[in-house]
Amino acid sequence: MQAGVKQKTTIPFWRDERILKILGQVVFIIGLLFAGSIIWKNMQAGLAKQGITLSFQFLKSIAGFDISEMLIEYTRESSYWQAYQVGLLNTLSVSIVGVIASTMLGVILGVSRLSTNFLINRLAAFYLELMRNLSLLVFLIFWYLGVFLKLPKVKEAIIWNGNIFLTNRGVGIPWGIPTASYPTFRLILLIGIILAVIVFFALRAYSKRTGKAPLTTLWTLLTFIIVAVIGWYVLPEKPLTLDVTRVEGLRITGGKILSPEFLALTSGLVLYTSAFIGEVVRSGIQSVSKGQVEAAHALGLSKFKTLRLIVFPQALRVIIPPLTSQYLNLIKNSSLAIAVGYPDVFYVSNTVLNQTGRAVEMISMVMLTYLIFSLITSILMNWYNAKIKLVER
Amino acid sequence: MRKTLWFISIVVIASLALAACGGGATTSTDGGETVTVVETVVVEVTSSAPVVVAPTGFGVTLETVKARGNLICGVNSQVPGFGYVDANGAFSGFDVDYCRALAAAIFGDASKVEFRPVTASERFTALQSGEIDILSRNTTWSLARDTELAGNFVHTTFYDGQGIMVPVDSGITTLKDLEGGTICVQTGTTTELNLADVMAAEGVSYTPAVFDDADATFAAYAEERCDAVTTDKSGLVSRRTVLADPSAHVILDVTMSKEPLGPMVRHGDDQWFDIAQWTVFAMFDGEEFGITSANVDDIKASATAPEVKRLLGVEPGMGLKLGLSDDWAYNIIKLVGNYEEVYNRNLGPDTPTYIPRGFNSLYTDGGLLYAPPVR
Repeated sequence: MQAGVKQKTTIPFWRDERILKILGQVVFIIGLLFAGSIIWKNMQAGLAKQGITLSFQFLKSIAGFDISEMLIEYTRESSYWQAYQVGLLNTLSVSIVGVIASTMLGVILGVSRLSTNFLINRLAAFYLELMRNLSLLVFLIFWYLGVFLKLPKVKEAIIWNGNIFLTNRGVGIPWGIPTASYPTFRLILLIGIILAVIVFFALRAYSKRTGKAPLTTLWTLLTFIIVAVIGWYVLPEKPLTLDVTRVEGLRITGGKILSPEFLALTSGLVLYTSAFIGEVVRSGIQSVSKGQVEAAHALGLSKFKTLRLIVFPQALRVIIPPLTSQYLNLIKNSSLAIAVGYPDVFYVSNTVLNQTGRAVEMISMVMLTYLIFSLITSILMNWYNAKIKLVER
Repeated sequence: MRKTLWFISIVVIASLALAACGGGATTSTDGGETVTVVETVVVEVTSSAPVVVAPTGFGVTLETVKARGNLICGVNSQVPGFGYVDANGAFSGFDVDYCRALAAAIFGDASKVEFRPVTASERFTALQSGEIDILSRNTTWSLARDTELAGNFVHTTFYDGQGIMVPVDSGITTLKDLEGGTICVQTGTTTELNLADVMAAEGVSYTPAVFDDADATFAAYAEERCDAVTTDKSGLVSRRTVLADPSAHVILDVTMSKEPLGPMVRHGDDQWFDIAQWTVFAMFDGEEFGITSANVDDIKASATAPEVKRLLGVEPGMGLKLGLSDDWAYNIIKLVGNYEEVYNRNLGPDTPTYIPRGFNSLYTDGGLLYAPPVR
């Protein structure tokens, strides 16, 4: 029993906490893989029983259906894969518009909620409570059937200033159409951006060296605008011509037509999410200690400057993490588009699923899509969060 | 630490148990206490998470249905005349009555059927996954559905064609008039594809407005989101009855496609397919031989024609071939009715959803209904 003697000097491995910790994790992962493989095998067996095989070849076949709005070329002869891309871009455009608009509205709401003006304060509070307690789906359907489809018919369109058309087929706004010189103009814009960035860094370096505070943002913007304006007038032909909406037979055409589905979805999502963002902003602002504000006032900073220079930078640290989850919510909620007939990625994938019967493939594609969207958003927000957080030494 | 260890060991045991019941190999030769623990957990897991797999294979569906004691039928709940839920929550319609006929053939009781409303986009998944035994929901027979969707169409019970409906005051009379217009259509249907095909062939540019179910599609049409709405002609007739002012809408005199509608079963159970198919034929035969729910008892008692005797089970043997009792067809006609009765009850001249018989007449009347002989 030599081993027995040895064991007394060291702890046996089944009582060694360090080994047990690792062992526990390894066993857990093995268990997880086991469970996963069973689920996978079960699915395969089930599919094989019904004579269905997994394959993504069908994505190359002709889709055969039309889609109402698209950002890329698509006809009924395009493939399922292209149809999926159309949906993807539509989701992307709703998400981007939604995130930007709901942030702006949310910040205004959050600040209003803390306003000392009784009316503004109460109105904002009422709005936040109302929105946060509504069901989003009901709200979207309200915007669709109750607002945008109640607009007049094409022939009786409401026309604002002769160029904004309000009809139940969509809202038409004037829009620029690129002409032959547009590519050159784009190049000029790029130069403008580069110049603006140079100005930005030059001014920042100057400010660091001298300790003075030049109006960096203003000058950067001004550089860009000046370049853009010069480019616009120097070119022999205007890079964009203004196209105004007009009625043509059964439809309105020209300019940019925003469909009722798009409008209902974005306005619903924006108004809903902005309420949550408003609360996030309010809590962020309230988390900044009162002493900071009082000190700023004592230094003679104006109310707006206090907000901009003292409160917001500190509040942001509290705001960003919950704000990220609101962004994620908005992106994921955009899949409710199907309720109002907007062809987002979920809607299009659903149609493809129906026409091909490829449920497992399409559902996994949709899940993966939303996962990737969410992860990208998270990564960007986490990066921003890391950048603005308190630098600790 | 103790807690963590406990947690880990429970997880491990649970996953082992899952592995064991999933793999189907539960041979553990070790003795001692640990094994006892494993065994208890195995029992728990199997009882709490049964693996749901659609019943397939010859005769399995009938067995499952009989063991369950009722038939689960996937139907429409939004198209009056075909599948509709009335104010009392009762299902009615042509496709719904087919389910009752099938239940009558199996159980001798037309009420032993559970109706499960499915949307156009859910229906095939519901059938594939075994959530429903049969799909009877104005579904168009097409090649892709017959193959890729792993289903078999039983028989055409209603010959339909795709139509298009417009408001009367729009002045639209042909498809060409719809140039630049918007057309409401339901997703996941052959209609959606036909529309794209026909409009491409006609060279008419249009915008589709696509919705998830019939209610949403027709709500948008009623709100004048679209210049026209398209679906099977039968669907248009039936949905027109629930619009605010039915007389303000007209169905254009164009047929955009062939739409043979009928029930659908899963691949893999030929017996079930046969039962479903002969239920349709029994209803055709009932009309052809003039057997109705009212006179079926008299005819059964006094029948002399061998064909009728075989059908009604006076001469035994036919039901057994299907795995049913010999009075299967008698029960269908007695409890639900023949094709004509079912048609008139749901789509006849006395109903708001009246659709002329047209192709859906017996071959003897110039229609397409023709049943193979019962022998």
